[in-house]
Formats: sequence, structure tokens, C-alpha cells
Amino acid sequence: MNQTVQESETGSALRGAGLRYLRGKTAYFGVIPFTILIFLFLLWPTYSVVVGAFKNSEGALTLSIIKSALADPAHISAFKHTLQVSAVTAIIGAVMGALFAWAIATSKQDGFIRRITLSASGVLAQFGGVMLTFAFLATFGFNGLITTVFAKSFPHSFLARPDWLYGIVGLCVVYSFFQIPLMFLVFLPTIDNLRPEWREASNSLGGSTLEYWRRVGIPVLTPSFLGAALLLFANSFSAYATAASLISQGSIITPLEISSALSSETGAVNPALAKVLSLAMIMVVVIVMTLYSLLRRRVSKWER
Amino acid sequence: MKMKDRSLLVNVWRRIVLAVVSLYLLLPLIAMLDFSTKVGRHMRGLYAWRAIVHQPDLISAILTSLELAIIVVGLVLFVVVPTVVWVHLRLPRLRRPLELICLLPLAIPGIVLVVGVADIYRWISIHITESPLTLAAVYAMLVLPYTYRSLSAALNAVDVHTLAEASRTLGASTYRMLFGVVVPTIRSGVMSGAVISIALVLGEFTISSLLNYKTMQVQIVLLGQSDASIAVAVSLASLIFVFLLLVIIPTTTSRAIEVLDTDE
Repeated sequence: MNQTVQESETGSALRGAGLRYLRGKTAYFGVIPFTILIFLFLLWPTYSVVVGAFKNSEGALTLSIIKSALADPAHISAFKHTLQVSAVTAIIGAVMGALFAWAIATSKQDGFIRRITLSASGVLAQFGGVMLTFAFLATFGFNGLITTVFAKSFPHSFLARPDWLYGIVGLCVVYSFFQIPLMFLVFLPTIDNLRPEWREASNSLGGSTLEYWRRVGIPVLTPSFLGAALLLFANSFSAYATAASLISQGSIITPLEISSALSSETGAVNPALAKVLSLAMIMVVVIVMTLYSLLRRRVSKWER
Repeated sequence: MKMKDRSLLVNVWRRIVLAVVSLYLLLPLIAMLDFSTKVGRHMRGLYAWRAIVHQPDLISAILTSLELAIIVVGLVLFVVVPTVVWVHLRLPRLRRPLELICLLPLAIPGIVLVVGVADIYRWISIHITESPLTLAAVYAMLVLPYTYRSLSAALNAVDVHTLAEASRTLGASTYRMLFGVVVPTIRSGVMSGAVISIALVLGEFTISSLLNYKTMQVQIVLLGQSDASIAVAVSLASLIFVFLLLVIIPTTTSRAIEVLDTDE
């Protein structure tokens, strides 16, 4: 009698475990639609770019396309320009954006100004692209606001002739326009997290404002600042829309080269080259984002 | 006395920084207003702004972009949100892989993604449909990092496990548990994810232009080649539209910041 009770108990326990096991497996069905979407439109495309860089037009594995791309000075100089523009605008954006974040965070205003600034920065940093091109054409382009003013008053200054806007310098100026707001968005929480207690502690120990910044403020903010600068670098490195709508002739940066290798308008469609250049871009962004997340890990120690 | 001098100095610096940066950010916007209201050399008028509605191609492109935004929000609400919540509740083992996949688009520039999806879209346009609305699928990938971050922030802020258990105990179905209990609790995260998605879709140019679909941004660039002042007017209008979207919906921008931290 006792035995049967025991048996039925273990039996039901087993059945329970079996059901739980089954329920555990059926839970995986819930992620199927998402997995299909991810596979078709994210994982497969990424795989095809990475692997495609090593394939020739017959589909055989080869390094020849990568080698010939590396041998072409046009690709190398475009890549250098892309790195240059990204570095310059990351530095300008990081410094100006951080100062702006400091100015907004420490000025005693009500939440309204802050909220407006945050929303405006969100628009400029994330929506930008084509609209920024037209904003700068209206400012520094032919018949632009600044151009007309300078053409009247200082006809010999470079601002009177808009050629510079359509080159590397122009790209740096326009890109900074979305980098500064992005830096502001990323860096404002960091500045907000500077504890007033630290300032008080520094003051009560006889430290001056300068000493506070030199010994507390700047060391504490540095990892976060560098991380944000890396993020800006990746951001302008990946940018395409602004450059494409601003510069109609010549592929001075790698994203423009990719698009001309991809579209038939230029005559020579070269999907294999597009994949090689894309792989180079992915590698840069992955390195930068890895450094970024390593830095963030240091930051999160005191920020949370 | 000395303290006062110093804080005065700091104040002056703060003013200078605010003035310089605001000027740099506002000047192009003011120039847009100036440019779009110029008629001929010396006249002012709203010609360019009135002309917007008389551009049938532009209007249909704007409608396409708005439809795309709605479909992408739909995909986010009915595919991404349930999946993220489901993994959070029931499949903790998949949480880390899910996070990595959701952040992957940050490492893949749009111009690179388009190289990868070009073949798939060629196949789709030959065998299924040429409708630009199919772009919604790849757009959903683009917005993934942003929606994921705002969702996971919202999920971590409340104890969804207890809520899910409670709704289970009270006899709710899985559907009811997800959409009746958990999703409303993380409303703010879902909301900001949706708003960022709308902004990104309306501003997207790279993928649509290279796949030859006529979305709003593609059409604005085309228009810019024939009539720059209308293009500038439309650009300013869309900047203002998205700005209002961000201002009206609260907590959006503060969430937008969180999305940029790639680790927890």
C-alpha cells in the first residue's frame, strides 16, 4: 500500500518534470517570428557581406579582390579621408558638446529649457541626414544667408565662395552639426551624475575650483568623455546620407565609394568591391565599438 | 570676495559657451527659414511653402514614408516587444544573445547593410512585390538597438516576473499576460521605442535611395535638384515636425540617451 502511494507520487513527479520540460521547449516557439526576421534582414546580409568580400564573381574563395582593392590608391585615400573626417568631427563634437552639456547642466534654469534642448538635440542628432544638407546649403551654399552677406561685405573671404562646402572641409562642418547634439545627449547624464558632495568635500579640504576640476572632475569624467568620443567617431564614420546629398561628384569618402560601386548610374557595377569596402568599414566600427564598451564598463562603476 | 569673482567668471564662460553653440546650431535653421521665404532677389513670400502641396511626387513619397513608419511601429509592437518580453520572462538563457543581436545594427553602417540586403530586395521585387513598403523589414532592423535599449531599461525598472506570475495565477492566457499586463507596465519604454522608430524611418535615406525606392528623403533630394527653395522648406517642415513629436511625447529624449549605453 505504502509502495503504491510512493510509486504514484514519483510517477506524477516524473510527469510533472516531463511537462515542465515540454513547456520549457515550447517557450522557444515564441521567438520564431523574430528569428526569421532577424535572419533574413540582419544576419544573412551581414554574413553575405563578410563572406562576399572573399569571393570572386564565380563564387570561388579568393583574396584577389581584397588585394586589388588595397592596391588602388583611390580606395586608400577615400578610406583615409573617412577616418580623418570622423576623427576631426569626433574631437570637435566631443569638446563642444561636452562644454554645452556642462553649460546646460549647471545653469539654474527650469526643466523647460533643458527639455527643449534635449528634444532639439534628439532631432539634429538622429533625424539629420538629408535635412542637414539643405540647412547648410541655405547657409553657406550659393545664395545662402552667410554667403550673400559675405559676398557683399567681404567679397574676397572664403565664405563668399561656397566651393569649400562640397569637399572634406564642408563635410567636417556639416557633420559637426550632428555630432555636437549627439555628444550633448550622451554626455549630459554623465555631468548630471557628478555628485555635489565631491565638490563640497574638495572645498572643505581647501581645494580651489581649479584643483577640483584637475583632481576630481576631469579624472572622473575622462573615461566617459573618451567613450562618447568613440561613439561620435563611429557615428560619423558610418554616415552616408549627408555626404551623398551634399557631394554629387566624386567619391571622396568610403561610403560614397560603396554607393557608386553598388549603383549602376556610374556604369561600372562592382558588388564584390562594395563588399570588400563594406568589410573594411565593419572592421573599423567593430574595433571602435569594442573599445567603447570596454570604456563604458569602467564608467558604470561609479555612474550607477 | 574672491569666491564671488570666480563664480562670476564661470558664469561668463557659461554664457559664452551657450551663445556660441546655440548660434552654431540655430544659424543653419534660421538660414533655412530665410532661404525658403526668399522670392527672387529682394522679395519675400511663402511661394516655396505653398508649393509643397502642389508636388504630387513629394506628397506620395511623404505618404509612403508615413505608412512605412506605421508598419515599422507595428513590427516593433507585435514582434520585437513580445519577443524581448518573452525572452526576459521565460528564456533567460537567450537574453545575452538577444542583446548582442539587437545591438548588432550599431556595428553595421546603413551603407553596409544595404550592400547585404540588395540581393534579398532584388528577389523580393521580382518575385513578390515592388512596393516600397517592403522596406519596413530592414527598417525594423535599423531601429532594433534603440527599441531594445528603451525596452530593456523599462523591463529592468519593474518586477515583471511577479506581475506575470500573478496574472498566470489569476488565470490569464499568455496573450493576456503579455498585452494586458506586461506591455502596459512598460508603456513608457514601448512609447519611446516607437517614437525613435518613427523619427528614424522618416529620416532614412541611405537604404531607400540605393534600393531605388521613393521615400520622403529620396524625393526631397530629387526636388532639391530642380527647386532648392521648396526642398529647403520641406526639410525645415520635417525637422519641426519631428521636434514637436519629441517634445510632445514625454521621457522620449531621456530614454534616447539610455539606448546609447551598450552594456548594462
